[in-house]
Amino acid sequence: MTNLQPTTPRAGPTGIVVRHIVKKFGELAAVDDVSFEVRAGEIFGLLGPNGAGKSTLIRILTTLIEPSAGGATVAGHDIVRAADAVRKSIGVIPQNMTSDPDLTCEENLTIHARLYGISGSRRREIARELLESVQLGKWAKAYARTLSGGMRRRLEIARGLVHQPRILFLDEPTTGLDPVSRISVWEMISHLRERQGLTLFLTTHYMDEADRLCDRLAIVDRGKIVVLDTPAALKASVPGASVIETRLAPDLPEGASELEALPGVRRVQVQGEALYRIFCDDGPIAAQSLMERVQARQARVQTLSIQSTSLDDVFVHFTGRGMSEAESGPPRGGRVGRTAPF
Amino acid sequence: MNRALAIIERDLRKFFRSPTLLIVTLVLPLVQLVILGNAFGGNIRNVRLGVVNLDHGPEVLPLLRKLNAVAANARTFVPIAYADQGQALAALRTGRLGAVLIIPPHYSRDLLLKLNPQVGLVVDNTDRFVAGSIEGVFNSIAGKMNQPFQRAGTVNLAAPYMQISTVEVYPYIPYIQYLLPGSVALAIFVTAMIGGGIVYIDDKSRGLHEGYLVTPITKFELVTGFIVAGVVKAVISGTTVLLVGGMIAGIQDLFNPTRLALLLLVTLASGLALISFMFLLMARVSDPLVPRAIFGVLNTLLFFPSGAVYPISAFPPWMRAISTVDPFTYAVHGFRMLLLKEVALAPIVRDLALLGVTTAVMLAVASWAFKRSL
Repeated sequence: MTNLQPTTPRAGPTGIVVRHIVKKFGELAAVDDVSFEVRAGEIFGLLGPNGAGKSTLIRILTTLIEPSAGGATVAGHDIVRAADAVRKSIGVIPQNMTSDPDLTCEENLTIHARLYGISGSRRREIARELLESVQLGKWAKAYARTLSGGMRRRLEIARGLVHQPRILFLDEPTTGLDPVSRISVWEMISHLRERQGLTLFLTTHYMDEADRLCDRLAIVDRGKIVVLDTPAALKASVPGASVIETRLAPDLPEGASELEALPGVRRVQVQGEALYRIFCDDGPIAAQSLMERVQARQARVQTLSIQSTSLDDVFVHFTGRGMSEAESGPPRGGRVGRTAPF
Repeated sequence: MNRALAIIERDLRKFFRSPTLLIVTLVLPLVQLVILGNAFGGNIRNVRLGVVNLDHGPEVLPLLRKLNAVAANARTFVPIAYADQGQALAALRTGRLGAVLIIPPHYSRDLLLKLNPQVGLVVDNTDRFVAGSIEGVFNSIAGKMNQPFQRAGTVNLAAPYMQISTVEVYPYIPYIQYLLPGSVALAIFVTAMIGGGIVYIDDKSRGLHEGYLVTPITKFELVTGFIVAGVVKAVISGTTVLLVGGMIAGIQDLFNPTRLALLLLVTLASGLALISFMFLLMARVSDPLVPRAIFGVLNTLLFFPSGAVYPISAFPPWMRAISTVDPFTYAVHGFRMLLLKEVALAPIVRDLALLGVTTAVMLAVASWAFKRSL
């Protein structure tokens, strides 16, 4: 594993310890020798493009499939030898909604509680409390199929909590949700960590989601962990505090090397024809000198945007590719509004 | 028109890409052709005919020779000698015999004295096809016996004169009553096919089962849950069709408590067998198209050879082989005994036992094949 930041292993009985897990499907290694630890009480995220191996890893940790090699303990129990003990201590919110659309919200919860052997009167009590806490109290008697995507996802979260698990797994909790629903799910997840001792493990391919929710974050690509740290530390590891994206017309005669000579510029990436990504210490100052240089060359700036470093840049920095190049999935979230056409 | 081509292209591409669909569209009509083509109108064979000879005189021999000739050639029946008339009739009532021929005492004497002795033919008229065939054969035997015949030489003697008198052991049974047991079995099968096949695989492919698999539920609990739920649904639909159908068909004394209790037993055993069968078929399936595709084929393959619509004794040997291993056969037989014949446990014990064995074997294999993982 490369770039694994040294962390103090404090994975107590409610944490997760992963050691050299490999999962092969035929020749393809979907998960390729991955090791990490999740500490008790933290929100830990796996960030990566579709097909990076996130879901496979979460399915291994939730005992749905067995690893080809390596092992892990979840809440102190071995995922293969003590799979039942693991299942008792975890709640799982899979990527595909597994609540039954033909049952009411309340029925979905009480039946799920029954799977954990929770007694009759207690089941209804738990269901009512949980529905209230995910703001679905009014919808207790509504069929799950009548809920919107965001409400359905909150129902799933409530369902994952009926047996008071110590660790909650969420596989892409906001994929396919509209922006408003995403925020309500995020708030829900942030509330969850307030429950004492609840550890959260989530996967996502949204940079902003990982940035906003996670205490620590592992970036995965092609079955391997590329880097693991807090979002802040990850962003700090990218040279330059700002990123300028710009398109010029026509291109400068000497291209990127000319831009690298600008004051405060650390690194320049060529994104396409006359399309550059400039990492620099101070965005506005670099932009100013960029404009001057371009005008001096009788060229024009077509578009320009200045951003502070995001996890996107971290991904690009460590993998050499943008998330959208690494997959053919949905667009990068939350960046659109900040790019001003020039 | 060009836009219509888009739809045509898509539909054809998908059709030719799905081997399941292709095979089923070809297999279903052929299976129907072969099964239905052999299911109706075949010659009835090997009906067990009890022969009670109370005469023992010499003139019985020509009649017995005729019986043996039929048994050896047309093979409509297999004669089985009974010494006691009561025993033979009891066997007829419990379904072990299809008909009983009673040759009265003094038959030989009456024949020689031209007193028109009457031979009794008691038929099990719950199966009109079998009863009709047997009656037909005996009418032709009587006709031959009564023809003027030539002895060696030239003297024409008047024929001996005997009569066959047919008795139906049950009151008149219309075909709708004959068909009812098959309909009840079909109700159970359809419930198993929809609940245990189509809905089960749909839930699986929608990922609903993933929700079970992350909980501490054991494989045994999962299998038990699916089977018991399936059986409860099958019993509900089977019982409903039984009662409603029984009233429509006009079954006498339908609500006799003993009869209802025994019917429930057969419904339960049939439900268990068919649900286990379905669970075995679906243990490793994940494509929602599969249960839909095999529904029609299975229905044809199991329903018609079971004796639900036409007696098994009229089928060719390969189809009788299907009947033997088809759980439907024993369900239909059990229901028919209780609805049309005797209300008693003894005649259905064999059906219950075979359905039980079927359930045990299929459940064992299915549990082994079922995987508690994705």
